[in-house]
Amino acid sequence: MYAFNYHRPSSLEDAKQALSSAEDGKIVAGGMTLIPTMKQRLASPSDLIDLGGIAGLKGVSEEGGKLVIGAMTPHAAVAASDLVKNKIPALAALAEGIGDPQVRNRGTIGGSIANADPAADYPAGLVGLGATVKTAKREIPADDFFTGLFETALEDDELVISVAFPIPEKAGYAKFANPASRYAIVGVMVSSGPAGTRVAVTGAGPSVFRVSEMETALEGNWSPDAVKGLSVSAGNLNGDLHASAEYRAHLVGVMAARAVKAAG
Amino acid sequence: MPDGTGIGSPLKRKEDVRFLTGKGRYTDDFNRQGQAHAYFLRSPYPHARIDGIDTAAAASAPGVVAVFTGKDLETDNVGSLPCGWVVTDRNGEPHKAPPHFPLARDKVRYVGDHVAVVIAETYTQAKDAAELIEVDYAELPHNVDTAKALDAEQMHDDAPGNLCYDWELGDEAAIDEALSKAHHVTKFDLINNRLIPNAMEPRAAIGDYDPGLEEYTLYTTSQNPHVARLVLCAFVLGLSEAKLRVTAPDVGGGFGSKIFIYAEETVCTWASKKVDRPVKWTAERNESFLSDAHGRDHVTKAQLGLDENGKFLALKVETMASMGAYLSTFASCVPTYLYATLLAGQYTTPSIYANVKAVFTNTAPVDAYRGAGRPEATYVVERIVEVAARETGIDPAELRKRNFIADDAFPYQTPVALTYDSGQYGLAMDKALEMIDYKGFAARKAESENHGKLRGIGLSAYIEACGIAPSAVVGSLGAGVGLWESAQVRFNATGTVSVFTGSHSHGQGHETTFSQVVSEALGIPVENVEIVHGDTGRVPMGMGTYGSRSLAVGGSAIVRACDKIIEKGKKIAAHLMEASVDDIEYEAGTFRVAGTDKEKAMAEIAFTAYVPHNYPEGLEPGLDETAFYDPLNFTYPAGTHIAEVEVDPDTGEVEIVDWVAVDDFGKIVNPMIVEGQVHGGIAQGVGQALLENCVYDSESGQLTTGSYMDYTMPRADDLPSFRIDTTETPCPHNPLGVKGCGEAGAIAAPAALMNAITNALGREIEMPATCEKVWRACQGSAKQAAE
Amino acid sequence: MPTVSMTVNGKAVSHDVEARTLLVEYLRQNCALTGTHVGCDTSQCGACVVHVDGESIKACTLLAVQAEGAEVTTIEGLAKNGELHPMQAAFKEHHGLQCGFCTPGMVMSAVDLLQKNSDPSEEEIRDWLEGNICRCTGYHNIVKAIQAAAQDSRS
Repeated sequence: MYAFNYHRPSSLEDAKQALSSAEDGKIVAGGMTLIPTMKQRLASPSDLIDLGGIAGLKGVSEEGGKLVIGAMTPHAAVAASDLVKNKIPALAALAEGIGDPQVRNRGTIGGSIANADPAADYPAGLVGLGATVKTAKREIPADDFFTGLFETALEDDELVISVAFPIPEKAGYAKFANPASRYAIVGVMVSSGPAGTRVAVTGAGPSVFRVSEMETALEGNWSPDAVKGLSVSAGNLNGDLHASAEYRAHLVGVMAARAVKAAG
Repeated sequence: MPDGTGIGSPLKRKEDVRFLTGKGRYTDDFNRQGQAHAYFLRSPYPHARIDGIDTAAAASAPGVVAVFTGKDLETDNVGSLPCGWVVTDRNGEPHKAPPHFPLARDKVRYVGDHVAVVIAETYTQAKDAAELIEVDYAELPHNVDTAKALDAEQMHDDAPGNLCYDWELGDEAAIDEALSKAHHVTKFDLINNRLIPNAMEPRAAIGDYDPGLEEYTLYTTSQNPHVARLVLCAFVLGLSEAKLRVTAPDVGGGFGSKIFIYAEETVCTWASKKVDRPVKWTAERNESFLSDAHGRDHVTKAQLGLDENGKFLALKVETMASMGAYLSTFASCVPTYLYATLLAGQYTTPSIYANVKAVFTNTAPVDAYRGAGRPEATYVVERIVEVAARETGIDPAELRKRNFIADDAFPYQTPVALTYDSGQYGLAMDKALEMIDYKGFAARKAESENHGKLRGIGLSAYIEACGIAPSAVVGSLGAGVGLWESAQVRFNATGTVSVFTGSHSHGQGHETTFSQVVSEALGIPVENVEIVHGDTGRVPMGMGTYGSRSLAVGGSAIVRACDKIIEKGKKIAAHLMEASVDDIEYEAGTFRVAGTDKEKAMAEIAFTAYVPHNYPEGLEPGLDETAFYDPLNFTYPAGTHIAEVEVDPDTGEVEIVDWVAVDDFGKIVNPMIVEGQVHGGIAQGVGQALLENCVYDSESGQLTTGSYMDYTMPRADDLPSFRIDTTETPCPHNPLGVKGCGEAGAIAAPAALMNAITNALGREIEMPATCEKVWRACQGSAKQAAE
Repeated sequence: MPTVSMTVNGKAVSHDVEARTLLVEYLRQNCALTGTHVGCDTSQCGACVVHVDGESIKACTLLAVQAEGAEVTTIEGLAKNGELHPMQAAFKEHHGLQCGFCTPGMVMSAVDLLQKNSDPSEEEIRDWLEGNICRCTGYHNIVKAIQAAAQDSRS
C-alpha cells in the first residue's frame, strides 16, 4: 500500500471538506474493496476519508412506506434486520449472500453502490426493487444511478446518505457465484410492486441492467416458467475464465426463474 | 503405558494447544535483532533478454540498505539452484538441466522470475524502492503451452527444442504388437491440469549471519531443512555445512511446495552477510502463486488393450510433462520414476510402455505436489479403465476385479519396475461398494432424474508407492541423495525422552504419532516424550518429509533407535540384577530376569546410565542412540474411493452427494490423524477435478489465475463430509508395518470424481469440471438426444 | 504518524503507526501478537480473522487507525485463565486442525457463528466458513468441531 493521509471526520460537512481539499481523496466506508485494491497498489489516493466516525448513517427504518437503509449499514445488519426480513425478504437474502461473514460485518451498502462493481449484488437489488439513492443534495433513482463499469451518477464530492426501497408485493433474488471470488457471475433480482415489474441483472454485463422482455413476460404470468426459456443476448455480456458470455446469457434465464420461484 | 495413547489409539494431538492459542511459531513470527527486509523485483514478462538494470534510484530511496542483481551474485560465485535427480533419457544421455540462477543474469523466463532484490529498513520501503528499478527488457517470443513446447522459441541454450528429456520405460515395439492383437483397444487422451499448491502459510525466510562465528542461520518454511542445508552449502553458496544452520520451525502446510530450494531463501542467506544484518522475506500470496513450484501439467495419450474377457493385455502411455521454466529441485523424477512406475495400478496388465517428454515452458517451475506423479498415473489408469468398461459394457467394478492382482500373488513384480509388497485390493473395493450401496445406485439415479438432475457414480482403485527407497535403487535411477531417515532417541537422566527426527511435521502431527511409537516401544507415558524436528542445529541428520514417508521411514528409524536403547538397557539391567544379558527380557518399559520376579523399570535403567556408580565394566555411560533407516522397498498403500454426484443440467453445477473411501495403509498408529490426512487429500483431489486450474494467458504469458479471486480453492461449502474406512494389510518390510497415508486422497480422488461426473453426463470432459464445461456437455448431450 | 489506541484482549495499547498500517500488521508487529496470520492479499483466506467490538472481521482489510478506540480480541485472548475456550477445545477434540496456520482465523470465525446462531446445521456451518480457507483438513473435522462446540454450548 502507498502512503496516504487519513481523515476521520465526524460530520458529512467535514467529510466533504476533507474530500475537496485533498489532491486525490477517496472515501472509505467499509473498505472491503478499496483496501484490497490499495494493498495491491492498484489505487493510490493521497487522502483517505473514513466515514466510520459520522453518526446517523447506519440503520434500517421504514419511512413513508419505504424501507430506508443508511449508507454505512453493514450487509450483516441488513441481512439480520427483522424489518428487512419482514418487508423485503429478498433484500435480506441478497445481503446474506454478499462476500463472506467477515466482509458482511464490515462492508456497507453505500460503499458497495458507490463502487459499482459490475459483479456486486446490491446494484441488482437497487435496480430490481426500484430503489432511490439519497445524497446530500438530491435523490437519484437506481435506474439512473449505475452508469457503467465502476461508474455512477455521483459527482466527485457527492456522498450517499441512504437508499430507499419501495416495498414490493413479491421479490426474489438468485445468484450464481463465481466459484473463486464468490462475486456474482450472474445475479438476478425480480420484483413486482409499486415500482412495477422488474428484472435486474448484475454480474453478467459491464453494469447492472434490466431485461424488459422478462419483465413483460412476468407481468402477464408471474411464474418461473414465464422467464425460464428466455435469456439475453450474449453480445454485450462479460466473458472470462469462469464463464463465457454465452454461458452468462443462459444463466440469466435460469437465475431469473430461480428468483421468481424464490419470490413465490 | 496408560490406555488410549499407544499404537492404534486416536490420541489427541500434543501440538494443538499452541496452534489453538496463537502460540505456534511460524517463520514470519520470528524477528531478529536489527533485521532488514527484502523485496524481490520479478519479471513482468514471460520471456525477455535483460539488456540492463539501473538500480541507482532504488539504492538511494528512503530506508534502502542495498539493491542486488544477478551480477552481484555472479561476482560472489553464488551458484545455480540444482536439480537433485538426473534422469537418463532413452538415448542414455542425462537430462538437460540449464542453469537456474537465484537472480536472473541475462534472461527472464517466466512471469515472476527473480530479477533483483531490494533490502530496506522496512518491507514497505523495499517495495516502494523496487518500483524505481529500471530494467531494460527485450521481449522474446514465449510459450506457456506444454503441448506446443517442442516447437516454441528456445528458452535455454543447452536445451534444443525446449526438451529436458525424452524418456521411456518398457518396449515400444512389443507394446504395439500386443495392442495390435488385442480384442479391444480403448484410446483415451487427457490433460492433467496444472495446479498451484497453496499451503496456507506463504513461504518465508530469514537469513542471519554471525560475523564473529562466521556462521549463518536460516529460518525457513521448509519440509526438509537438512536437504536445504546440503543443497545451499554444497551446490549454491559454497559453504561448509558446519557453518549453516537451517531451522524450519512450525510450517503451515507444504504439500510438496516447501521441499524445494528457492531463490528467496538463497538470497536472504547470502545477503545477510553482504549487508551484515539479518534479512527477512515473507511472500505475499500473489508471489506464492507466481513462484512456488506448481504441480501436475501433463498432456497424455493412452491406449489400453483388452482381451475378449476384459483382461488387460497392454497399456501404452505417451506424456508431455511441463517442467516450467527451470528444473526445480526434484522436478525430473516426478513424471518418470514417480509416474510411469505406477502405471500398473492394482492390475495384472502384463505389458506396459511409457514415453515421457519433459519440456520447458515460460511458466513457474513444476515439481512435486501432493502425490507427485502418482495422482497423474492413477488418473491415466483409473480413467482409461473406466472408459474401457463403458466401451465393453462390463460393469466398472467387475472389470477392475477381473484384473486385480490376487491376494496370494505378493510380492508382485509389475512390468514397470516395482515390486508390490502386499495388498488386498478386492477386499477394499468390496467394502467400498457395500458402503456406498453400489447395487442401489440405479434407483438413486432414477430418483435424481425425477427431480431433473443427472446422477453419476465413479470408482477409483488407486495405488501409490510411498517412502521412496531404497537408497541404492534410487541412486541407480539418478537420485542425488540417499533416501533413508535418521532418528536420535535420547533418554534424559530423569526418565523423559527426547527424540530428534529428520522428518518434519508441517501439519501431519508427528509430535503426537512419533510420541505414541516411542511410548509404546519404551513403555513410558507419551507426555514424557519430546519430539524435536526441523532444525539442523538440534537434529543430527535428516531427509525431511514428503512422499508419505515420515512414519514408514522416519518412524522406522525411531523404532530402530529405540531397539538400540533397549539393547543397551538390557546390559545395564543385567548388571544391576546380577544376571546374564541373555536372560534379560524386555517388555513395555520393564526389564526382567527370565523366569524370576526380578525386574527393573526403564526409568531406573536410564538414571543408572547417567549416574553410573554401579555399572557394567567397559560400557559407555549414557542412554542416547541414533539409527539410520534405509527401507528395503517402497510401501504400497492402495484402496478404493467411490464418488457419487448429482449434476444440475440447467447450470452445470456438480454436487458431491456421497464419498466413500476405503484405504489400506497397513498398520495405523493414530486413526484420528490418518482420517484427517485422508480428508485433506480428498479435498485436494476434489479441488483438482472440480475447481482448481492454473491458467497462463497464452497471448501475454501472464498468470491469469494469480489470486484467490481467480484460482478456485476448495471451500467448506464445496465439499461434503466423507465416509471413510480402512483395511489392514501390514507392510511386511518395515518394523511398524505401516505404509503412509498423506497422499492417498489426492491420488485417488480426481479419477473417482471424474468417473462419476462423466458417468452422469454420458460424455467426456477434462478437469476441472467447471460448471460451464459441465453445462456445455449437458447441452451437447441434449442436442445429441434431440438428433 | 498518527497515534492509534485500542483495547486488545482486554489491555489498552497505543502506538504511533503509519496510516497505511493494517490492523493485522499492527497486531503482529506492534503488539507482538503473532497468532493472527496473513495467508492472502485479497481478503479471502480468513487466516487473519479477529473480533472487533465483538464481531469477526478480517484484520488484513482494516487499517489500524480504523480500529481506533475499538475492543479487539485475537486468538491469544480467547482462552481464559489457562482454560481453552470451548471452541478451541472442540477443535482439539475433533482434530479440526493440522498445520495450524488457518486455525486462529477459523476459530475466531466459528466463535462468531455461534454468537449469531447457536444451533447451526452442517450446511449453515459450511456456508459461514466461506471466508476461511483451509488447505489441510478438507473441512470435515472443522465442521464436526463446530457442531460439537454448538452442542456443548447448548447443553
